[in-house]
Amino acid sequence: MELKVVDSSGVREKIRNHPCFSKDAHHHYARMHVAVAPACNIQCHYCNRKYDCANESRPGVVSELLTPEQAVKKTLAVAAEIPQLSVLGIAGPGDPLANPERTFATFAALTEKAPDIRLCVSTNGLMLPPHVDELCQHNIDHVTITINCVDPTIGAQIYPWIFWEHRRIRGVKAAAILIEQQLKGLEMLAERGVLVKINSVLIPGVNDQHLAEVSRIVKDKGAFLHNIMPLIAEPEHGTFFGLMGQRSPSAEELKAVQQACANDMEIMSHCRQCRADAIGMLGQDRHDEFTLERIETLDIDHAAAMERRARVRAEIEAARAAKSQQPALVSLASLTSPKPAAEALPSVHAGQGKSAFAGASFRVAVASSDGQQIDQAFTEVEALRIYQVDNDTLRLIETRPVAVPALLPESGQDLPPVMDSGEGSAAATRVVAAMALVKDCDAVLCTRIGFGAWQQLEQASIRPLSVEAGTATKAALRQAHADWRAETEANIDATPRALSA
Amino acid sequence: MSYRITTDCVNCWACEPLCPQQAVLAAKPHFTIDPARCTGCEGEFAEPQCASICPIEGAILDPTGVPVNPPGSLTGIPPSAWQQTRASIQAR
Repeated sequence: MELKVVDSSGVREKIRNHPCFSKDAHHHYARMHVAVAPACNIQCHYCNRKYDCANESRPGVVSELLTPEQAVKKTLAVAAEIPQLSVLGIAGPGDPLANPERTFATFAALTEKAPDIRLCVSTNGLMLPPHVDELCQHNIDHVTITINCVDPTIGAQIYPWIFWEHRRIRGVKAAAILIEQQLKGLEMLAERGVLVKINSVLIPGVNDQHLAEVSRIVKDKGAFLHNIMPLIAEPEHGTFFGLMGQRSPSAEELKAVQQACANDMEIMSHCRQCRADAIGMLGQDRHDEFTLERIETLDIDHAAAMERRARVRAEIEAARAAKSQQPALVSLASLTSPKPAAEALPSVHAGQGKSAFAGASFRVAVASSDGQQIDQAFTEVEALRIYQVDNDTLRLIETRPVAVPALLPESGQDLPPVMDSGEGSAAATRVVAAMALVKDCDAVLCTRIGFGAWQQLEQASIRPLSVEAGTATKAALRQAHADWRAETEANIDATPRALSA
Repeated sequence: MSYRITTDCVNCWACEPLCPQQAVLAAKPHFTIDPARCTGCEGEFAEPQCASICPIEGAILDPTGVPVNPPGSLTGIPPSAWQQTRASIQAR
């Protein structure tokens, strides 16, 4: 096999249209995940196998498991209806390479039927080395490996066991094998010119001091981007860490580690830790529009759909080129000036939809302790600030206190040593109280939303938006509004065409 | 010689592709093992494959009805050390 050397301009070209890799692309292009890979071959202390893997998916939401045939059908249907679709990923709900037959059957069919859709895979890396060559035979140029440590003694605190060569291996020995396979897989992919992103889960007191070294080593071995994600450890997810009271990092800790791990590429701070079956633009999920039942009835002209995607991509790129003269985000300075000019959003469908949203206002419930920055999870919030965002105004309408009955169980209460998911009753009570206050909102902005609340919000057609803790409230509101507008316009164009019976 | 899956199973699929006899059935409400097919991996592997990857303590019983993965065997924390470990993890 010919070795490709990826220079940084080549890398930039490759990630331009990838919403998970490029901060700008995620406003223009859509991605989808198909949940074809249920099995997993390792145990992470931040994961509860009752649900999707917490590392790549919002835990607690069980994806609809698909056969490879169903996954291919679904991808082609989405690609026909959402021409902005540029990437199809397999991230779980287990590990794609612990289910190689299912994963590769999906990739093979899509490489053939939708050669313009790029494929990516996200893995724990244990089975990466034996599968690198097969990965390269498909239309794959992105792989994400989750590497939380390069020191087996630290690994033993994160991974209690792995399944390796037909046996369960535990402790430091298990972590050493896992790390060896991860780094070997990374080197093999880099040698073959495949872009590799490394995800790391920041676990305070375990790997926080160690991630800078991880960053140095993975970049040295050819990774192009290191994405540091905060540990999700709410007890209601039933993970070992959650039940054991392991805390998540603070916004400051996360930022400090992200900066310590920054290289010449932009730090990836727009990761939404989305679920294994997400569809649509980042931060938005349309997976419930593409039920298997509905997909079965579709009669799609695939050649026409591919042409349409090419056209839409060309339009997006033209609009991006025109817009590259302007900042992508409204600066905070401009927000505090008397009347900032409304952002002119380029419409990818000239003459369509834009007028419908010219005056549409967007109401958001914000979880912020001081109003300046988003710094609370949905279950922590004491008072929700309700903002109204219009094209050129941003107003705080009111503050709604979250009234919680005082019958909360004492903290520090012993939890039974079971990996189960009983929603923490305190959190559940808070969710009920907070849900009652956001019925009239279009979106909720907070640092994190538990699975029960997320589902309830989605059912009520309210967008659950989680942003990095410490994000400035005004900037987050502007961004949420811009995303909502762009997506709503895109969705007008993506309404299903008449189905032939 | 058949192993059994209990109601603790969370339907994670990990065991299903590993069984050399295709004895694991993706049933509802939880997966089951076909006793007519299961050989306990005798002559195939040193350890029963389903029990070697199962992530849930107590979810798989050996032919004598004893859990292959008893409490503490998968978390690495025996129940007696649970409190102490919890205190040290909470202190992080």
